[in-house]
Amino acid sequence: MKVLVPVKRVIDYNVRPRVKPDGTGVDLANVKMAMNPFCEISIEEAVRLKEKGVATEIVVVSIGPQQAQETIRVGLAMGGDRGILVQTDQTVEPLAVAKILKAIVDAEQPGLVITGKQAIDDDANQTGQMLAALLGWPQGTFASEIVKDGDKLKVTREVDGGLQTVALNLPAVVTTDLRLNEPRFASLPNIMKAKQKKIDMKTPADYGVDIAPRLAVVKVAEPRKREAGEKVADVDTLISKLKTAGAI
Amino acid sequence: MHNVTAMSEEQAAIKDAVERTCAAFPAEYWRKVDETGEWPEAFTKAMAEGGWLGVAMPEEVGGAGLGLTEAAIVMQTVTRSGAGFSGASAIHLNIFGPKPLERFGTAEQKQVHLPKIISGEQKMCFAVTEPNSGLDTSSLETKAERTNSGYVINGRKIWTTGAQRADKILIIARTTPKDQCAKPYLGLSLFYTDFNRGQIDAKPIPKMGRKAVECNMLYIDGLEVPREDLIGEEGEGFKYLLQGLNPERVLFAVEAIGLGFAALERASQYAKERVVFGRPIGQNQGVAHPLARCWAELSAAELLSYKAAKLFDDGLDCGAEANAAKYLGAEAGFNACEASVLAHGGMGYAKEYDVERYMREAMIARIAPVSREMILNFISERVLGLPKSY
Ligand SMILES: Cc1cc2nc3c(=O)[nH]c(=O)nc-3n(C[C@H](O)[C@H](O)[C@H](O)COP(=O)(O)OP(=O)(O)OC[C@H]3O[C@@H](n4cnc5c(N)ncnc54)[C@H](O)[C@@H]3O)c2cc1C
Repeated sequence: MKVLVPVKRVIDYNVRPRVKPDGTGVDLANVKMAMNPFCEISIEEAVRLKEKGVATEIVVVSIGPQQAQETIRVGLAMGGDRGILVQTDQTVEPLAVAKILKAIVDAEQPGLVITGKQAIDDDANQTGQMLAALLGWPQGTFASEIVKDGDKLKVTREVDGGLQTVALNLPAVVTTDLRLNEPRFASLPNIMKAKQKKIDMKTPADYGVDIAPRLAVVKVAEPRKREAGEKVADVDTLISKLKTAGAI
Repeated sequence: MHNVTAMSEEQAAIKDAVERTCAAFPAEYWRKVDETGEWPEAFTKAMAEGGWLGVAMPEEVGGAGLGLTEAAIVMQTVTRSGAGFSGASAIHLNIFGPKPLERFGTAEQKQVHLPKIISGEQKMCFAVTEPNSGLDTSSLETKAERTNSGYVINGRKIWTTGAQRADKILIIARTTPKDQCAKPYLGLSLFYTDFNRGQIDAKPIPKMGRKAVECNMLYIDGLEVPREDLIGEEGEGFKYLLQGLNPERVLFAVEAIGLGFAALERASQYAKERVVFGRPIGQNQGVAHPLARCWAELSAAELLSYKAAKLFDDGLDCGAEANAAKYLGAEAGFNACEASVLAHGGMGYAKEYDVERYMREAMIARIAPVSREMILNFISERVLGLPKSY
């Protein structure tokens, strides 16, 4: 079974994002970028499926700027087999991403697509679901466990009330949650091997997808600064303070 | 090399992977091995498993075939993680120690030993320094005398790092008396041979820091060395040794710089949080400026280190740059550790805050493998053309 793993290049989760002074977005100049953590989990899961003999080939796809090649290369060093970069410097909204991915799925015919549940930059949490809808495939979102069971894929989902297990017919789309696995990091020999792996260069036009944004960002602002708190001695003081402040 | 934009994609991936490997070994781990003196085995194993020991070894023997620049990124990342020299020195020798073997060994010597050094299976130590000759290597007294099957070595070595667990020793000894040689540096030979505990007695030297990675006094009494353990030609050992010196200086430089940056990070954090006289201590310029100055010094030394590494990787002479980088890096690293201890006040003296360990370890790079004075001698003589003083 071929597995397709889309990955996104985002601001490194260790970096404190700064909003541009004009409020048009987050300042990305000279900021360390990295693979979206949920995408790392997706790659890891695909590699584990390959190690178990369930997956035969892992194709790592990214849609983004030239530098997203580096992100694909990280995925290849973790165990991906080859890459596809759909290069664009424009902002690509989730629906456009899903449309491009659908076109890639049509061309590649994978048996499974594993995406992160969301990217930590926009937190949109839409792409996997949209892709499943466009393909008309079953979806298992927020996966915390994936098991191949006969010709079905059993996916344990982290839902509000607890855990839900669904059985999906293949081909399917799965989106990964934080507790699915702990991603490995590349060893030096694998970083070296990844350099030899192939990355196909494409553009959105190659797939006939119009990526013009449908949304306009009105304003991006920093969260309000937290005021310094105050420590109180006991519950009684806390209650009286809250009363004085008119909070209760 | 902390400026992410200056690194290639591959170098950034290397730094990232080493950072993640080191993240499994937090401050408590290093604090503990510094107290018990236990070798950081789990760390050494993790680095070997990640393939990092082979970063600068040729691909034919299982290395990655990368250069000094990448090796330097690896080692700087190690000390920068807080592992300091307790971490760096545990693997340092695997990285450039085998250079003479790689450059001048026979195909067989390379095929037999290098893959095992890379996998961490073979542990080596490097015995140059002697109690009676010190930095004056040409006056070393250890002798290797010819026998029917090879050589027999007698003598003493001092400071040999890692000899307690080594199964191989890279050792330099005199094969022709100095007064019979055309030049004092001739007549020395290099051997890579079994660390035979029946004939080498290794006694650890109690020392100031880096307790986890021990140094030893070696008493070598009748060590039999088969002829095939000689590296290259007899009498040419010092020339072979020189091949590894410049890269080693660069590694020492960046190791000290990485540790300096680690200390600075700890101090800046503390100076932001610690409130005295109603404000964070870091708001006082008397606290802030020494830290800022250290950052500037570290950054300058870092630039020169990677310049030296680049020259070396391009096959150009890097003697002056490598020596100057080692000098500046060691000083900047130590200064940053000292400034960080001072910024912590009393807590700087407490083990719990780690910076006192950093400071003890940072002293190593100022002394070994070559002292500051000898570096300045080298620059005076070779770069400035001044008369030799000794
Ligand atoms: C932690 C540690 C690990 C080490 N590991 C190893 C190892 O694995 N293998 C190994 O072989 N060695 C090792 N060494 C030894 C180290 O390389 C030497 O200590 C170093 O080269 C200095 O030599 P020395 O101690 O004999 O000093 P000396 O030669 O006795 O010099 C003492 C002082 O006099 C100064 N001096 C001497 N001559 C001159 C001159 N002409 N002009 C100006 N100043 C001068 C020196 O600069 C120095 O400050 C290690 C040392 C340490 C501290």
